[in-house]
Amino acid sequence: MIVIDGLTKQFGPFTAVDGISFSVAKGEVLGFLGPNGAGKSTTMKMVTGFLAPSAGTARVCGHDIVTSTLDAQRMIGYLPEGAPAYGDMTTRGFLKFIARVRRLSGAEADKAIGSAVEATELAGVLEQPIDTLSKGFRRRVGLAQAILHNPPVLIMDEPTDGLDPNQKFEVRKLIGRMAAEKAIVISTHILEEVDAICTRALIIDRGRIVADGTPAELMSRSRYHNAVSLTLGGRTTVETAEKLRSLAGIESIEVSPRGGETTFTLFPARSGEGDTMLVDAVARIAREENWQVRALYGEAGRLDEVFRRLTRPDAGGKEAA
Amino acid sequence: MNELLAVFRRELGGYFATPLAFIFIVIFLFTMGAFTFYLGAYYESDQADLTIFFSFHPWLYLFLIPAISMRLWAEERRSGSIELLLSLPVPLWAAVLGKFLAAWAFSGIALALTFPMWLTVNYLGDPDNGVVLAGYLGSFFMAGGYLAIGSCLSAVTRNQVIAFVVSVAVSFLFTVSGLPIVTDFFASWAPQQVLSTIASFSFLTHFEAITRGVIDLRDIVYFTTLIGAWLIACGIVVDMKKAG
Repeated sequence: MIVIDGLTKQFGPFTAVDGISFSVAKGEVLGFLGPNGAGKSTTMKMVTGFLAPSAGTARVCGHDIVTSTLDAQRMIGYLPEGAPAYGDMTTRGFLKFIARVRRLSGAEADKAIGSAVEATELAGVLEQPIDTLSKGFRRRVGLAQAILHNPPVLIMDEPTDGLDPNQKFEVRKLIGRMAAEKAIVISTHILEEVDAICTRALIIDRGRIVADGTPAELMSRSRYHNAVSLTLGGRTTVETAEKLRSLAGIESIEVSPRGGETTFTLFPARSGEGDTMLVDAVARIAREENWQVRALYGEAGRLDEVFRRLTRPDAGGKEAA
Repeated sequence: MNELLAVFRRELGGYFATPLAFIFIVIFLFTMGAFTFYLGAYYESDQADLTIFFSFHPWLYLFLIPAISMRLWAEERRSGSIELLLSLPVPLWAAVLGKFLAAWAFSGIALALTFPMWLTVNYLGDPDNGVVLAGYLGSFFMAGGYLAIGSCLSAVTRNQVIAFVVSVAVSFLFTVSGLPIVTDFFASWAPQQVLSTIASFSFLTHFEAITRGVIDLRDIVYFTTLIGAWLIACGIVVDMKKAG
């Protein structure tokens, strides 16, 4: 439903977005990741028709954003970064304005506003000026505005930024409910969010795509993928580490003491097979040696580590997908 | 058309959602009255018409209209709501025109509220109400001219103070271009044709012609062309900012 083709944006000599191409299908929730200034927001601004691309284009439900901007914009619900709104309006007045612009009127508009208000739980603040609302409510007004016309494409720039954990949970649930019917793109800094709601993650750095895959695929690129983490209480000695090292298939061990506990992270040799066997083997040793096991688990991988490795200033996009 | 109406209604409602409308109208009416009766010595003039009243309009508009127009685009840019507006399926012309028409309607409301002046003059004497009506019409069109200038300059910056100051300066040039302050500058070297062209841009010249009761098509064409040109420029500025 979204096809992005060689999208490029230059601000003077600075290239903010450098020939990005990807597409998003119905039912996909694409997590758009990258450090600040990587070009996430600029890409979203171009796809929604707020900024004109320097080169390339995007098609939304078949409408080219450069040549048939308005038709494309009708297909999109957009939550800009910071959820800007007309602060002097009440929530109800603002949503009515959006409904009018979206060519909804009468009963149709009331129904659309009603369901958007219900989905974002805004019923209590309908008559309040938006300026007087808390950050969480303002964000939800922005969300309500974006989903008002039930668009096939939803683009949200940091939808959960500034929300408390409960509100984050609600917004993720909302996105999850809508996911099957729409193509959704969200940008976020919160990596756990990607794991929680995204079917696919795309990491960009300095205007280029450096990784594209399901969260599981990205995690499998982590050096923690298939590693085993063992936390022991009580006193541990050098021999403990030696015992662990003697296990078959271990390449290296990291030891990190914290408080009265010590965590050993065991990295298997890069064959990648037999990770559950490794957990079993560690468990067996722990039993035999009578260690005080506080935690023992196999790791799927760590997104933040993959993210850091791909977007460090010296990464140079070498691992480009 | 739907979108134009939606923008227009939102903008006009926006004036009355804050104390802005109230404060503006009170100050507008107060200064209008004060200028007419004290500076203009209305009673002493012993004339049952509104010539003195209207003669102050260009000078009041010069400062009060940029106060309305400065927020039109600069405020949207500062608060970020411009990103919302321009990513909604609203044609650029509808956004530009909707905002302008709302501001124009608002200044029209303020102008209409000076009707006690009209009642007063009818109570005191027997004025030619056709001339009075022409004066109001001319004043309304002139307000539109100032607003169009201010609207365009508001789109240039995100800073409302800059928008205000630059609008006043440019509006001033357009107001007085027929007066010696501008013509003297050109008189020594520019050919007569250039001189009269510059002078013909003057708001004062066209406005005074209308307030005398002569609604010349040329004066109306002048103001509508000026409004159109500045609004097109406004659209171009907004579009250019889109290109980054």
